[in-house]
Amino acid sequence: MTSAPGIVAVVLVAVATLAIGTWGLRVSRTTSDFLVASRSVGPRLNASAIGGEYLSAASFLGVAGLVLTFGSDMLWYPIGWTAGYLVLLALVAAPLRRSGAYTLPDFAEARFGSRRVRAVCSVLVVAIGLLYLYPQFQGAGLTLRSAVGAPTWVGPVVVGAVVLANVSSGGMRSITFVQAFQYWLKLWALLLPAAVLVAVWYADGRPGAAAPMPAEEWSAPLAPGGGPGLYVTYSLVVATFLGTMGLPHVVVRFYTNPDGRAARRTTLVVLALLGLFYLLPPVYGALGRAYAAELAASGRSDVLVLELPRLMVPGLLGEALTGLVTAGAFAAFLSTSSGLSIAVAGVLSQDVTGRAWRGRRLAGVTAFRVGAVVAVVVPLLMALAAPHVGVARAVGLAFAVAASTFCPLLLLGIWWRGLTDAGAIAGLAAGGLGSGAAVAMTLSAAAPAGWPTALLEQPAAWSVPLAFATMVGVSLATRSRVPAHTGRFMVRLHTPEALDLDRG
Amino acid sequence: MVRAWRRTHLGSEADRATFRALHSASLASPALREGLTAGSAERSIRHLRALLGTPALALTDTAGLLAWDGTGQHHEARVPVLVTATVERGGTRSFDRADLPCEEPGCPVRTAVVSPLVVEERVVGTLQAFAPYPTAGLARATDEVAQWVSGQLELAELDASRRRLMEAEVRALRAQISPHFIYNSLGAIASFVRTDPDRARELLLEFADFTRYSFRRHGDFTTLAEELRSVERYLLLEQARFGERLQVTLGIAPEVLPVAVPFLCVQPLVENAVRHGLESAEGVGHIRITAHDRGQECVIEVEDDGVGEDPERVRRALAGDASLDSVGLGNVDARLRNAFGDDFGLVVETAPGAGTKVVVRVPKFAPGVHP
Repeated sequence: MTSAPGIVAVVLVAVATLAIGTWGLRVSRTTSDFLVASRSVGPRLNASAIGGEYLSAASFLGVAGLVLTFGSDMLWYPIGWTAGYLVLLALVAAPLRRSGAYTLPDFAEARFGSRRVRAVCSVLVVAIGLLYLYPQFQGAGLTLRSAVGAPTWVGPVVVGAVVLANVSSGGMRSITFVQAFQYWLKLWALLLPAAVLVAVWYADGRPGAAAPMPAEEWSAPLAPGGGPGLYVTYSLVVATFLGTMGLPHVVVRFYTNPDGRAARRTTLVVLALLGLFYLLPPVYGALGRAYAAELAASGRSDVLVLELPRLMVPGLLGEALTGLVTAGAFAAFLSTSSGLSIAVAGVLSQDVTGRAWRGRRLAGVTAFRVGAVVAVVVPLLMALAAPHVGVARAVGLAFAVAASTFCPLLLLGIWWRGLTDAGAIAGLAAGGLGSGAAVAMTLSAAAPAGWPTALLEQPAAWSVPLAFATMVGVSLATRSRVPAHTGRFMVRLHTPEALDLDRG
Repeated sequence: MVRAWRRTHLGSEADRATFRALHSASLASPALREGLTAGSAERSIRHLRALLGTPALALTDTAGLLAWDGTGQHHEARVPVLVTATVERGGTRSFDRADLPCEEPGCPVRTAVVSPLVVEERVVGTLQAFAPYPTAGLARATDEVAQWVSGQLELAELDASRRRLMEAEVRALRAQISPHFIYNSLGAIASFVRTDPDRARELLLEFADFTRYSFRRHGDFTTLAEELRSVERYLLLEQARFGERLQVTLGIAPEVLPVAVPFLCVQPLVENAVRHGLESAEGVGHIRITAHDRGQECVIEVEDDGVGEDPERVRRALAGDASLDSVGLGNVDARLRNAFGDDFGLVVETAPGAGTKVVVRVPKFAPGVHP
């Protein structure tokens, strides 16, 4: 196994990323050709950037691995991760943009005028961010081990250091151009090798799966009698459909849109871009069933995308394709973990490290750097301590927590006048504690198979309704606490900007 | 145990009465600090009646009733008469059964003590306490409460005038397109009318758009994109006048264009930069305007390489010394602090001969700030 293409790819991605970052910063012109209006971020560019930040190691590596190991019902993951934006498009995108909020705690503060709800939201943003960062570092470990042959702990440490240096030095700010570039890099890094591999597969006489799954496993969601399989599928659908709107690094990107209409258009383009991208990982999964069944047997299914070109195409072409997918994987965890670290560090610096502490107070930049260190080191330790949880599964847990907390907050906060601060806090606590406990159990120990494990590994199907019910119930009981400005806030959220009226 | 604890910590009966009175007063004061309106009277009168302990209490302005709390609402019709009588005399008055005719048996509203509410030596309303019997104690208490309410209303007046002052400053800034700028711009445009009529026409349109934005009436906030567009027009007009002598470099991160900023918070800084960087120095002047995305906030910098300024003078200008000729520097600083808190004031880096750099930091989200 030679490591040269992997190292070259990783270095190239890093250099290209930094180069675009620098170029994007230095777009300086004289007044004669400077038009502010034409420079605002258009929906297409913004959507590419969202795609770049959103498509993480779980999408790039995890989906193919899951399809390889568990078969086609794992296609619910990519479907859910895309369909989440459909819910976002229909119910959240435009009102959220019109609220003027930059982060989810900002939205809570604007809606309820309450510092307490804001504090609860900040805690949840940090928790979700850390939970989402953890599999990214894990994916980094897998990638570097597969590409360079380094021990598993090297990847997370190296990547943690790179991300930390980038974030705290002010490079890799969530610059739209960089993130947009990352999307297209990831797409091509999967598309080109996939085309070659499919051609090879065709030339080989279209071999079928080496060890076909039993039929009932393949159709588990629709299996007669239901059981945990059906429950797990529904839970996964709920978590992924409703969790996207609660991801901290996705929400902040919507602020870049000039208005609510642009936010909707952006979401629409995101749907198309993600739909295109998610066609590819299952192709790797399916080819892997024919060519790389031993990866699933040895429990290394997450490296399928990285290993498959080498296994199918020997020689220089295989090495080149390996380099390309390595570059894509590197871009995947670099962009997602940078975006997430920035989002988490921002919330930490605003609500924790930037606060006065025994009379002393850190300055803005220092507070942000301290926040960035926390945002990188904690998931890094998690990745080193618990390397056995699958990349896509861990991301699924982050989605479950987001769906059980921020989804009810956003949907009810945007569409129901009656939501009160007390109801919001109670619902966030119920959903957060419920799903959080399930996540902690899943991460800490491998429980025996059956219903209890299913309920804990996929908590969304019970924790999301629980959070909704708590929010509605407590809000109805504390009806007198409906914020006085709710009516005006609703007008702001739901009237198009083009409409000329006094929004107070 | 609990009782003993209470006695030691909450003091004697008299102490507790004092605490209750202070608590009622503190509950009434937020509403009264909004000024004397039907709404604020409605919200404060319950606490005021607790303070006086009368069966009925009324708050009025000089025209008539604003709020009534307690029993005997059928007397509301008599309230304006009491108001007129009190306003004429200008002091606390008591009224007896003859002034409050009542058919209902057992109605506790038999006598009234009416005190005027005085703000800046002008009667703005009355406080009317109704009781079955006239007592000297009630008269004294009503008088004291009326004075306290008057004090709160005066504070409300003070708040309002401070707010009006702030609004007046923004209005002044809007009207502060300097006469020199108008004169110079029109002069520059005139010089193009024969040689380059198309350019003259474009410049005139820019001038019209610039003034329309600057004289805008509604809204305290705008987006950074709008503000920069106005800056762009301003610079086009200045470049028409200075030609190659004015070199402008812009570096704007597109992510921060939707940020809400106080109306006219960048344009005065650019105007300062042009004035200090160019008008008082010979040769070419460079102006650099950048806006960076810094996560939760956006950082805008306006930099010139002109003559610079004595830091002490800048400090005085920021403190509000109007005699210095830094257009609106203190005003922009005050409005930024007012909108986003004291962490977000202007930062000016300058020294004589070393140019000037003004840094504005704006949070991407602040409660109550909408473009």
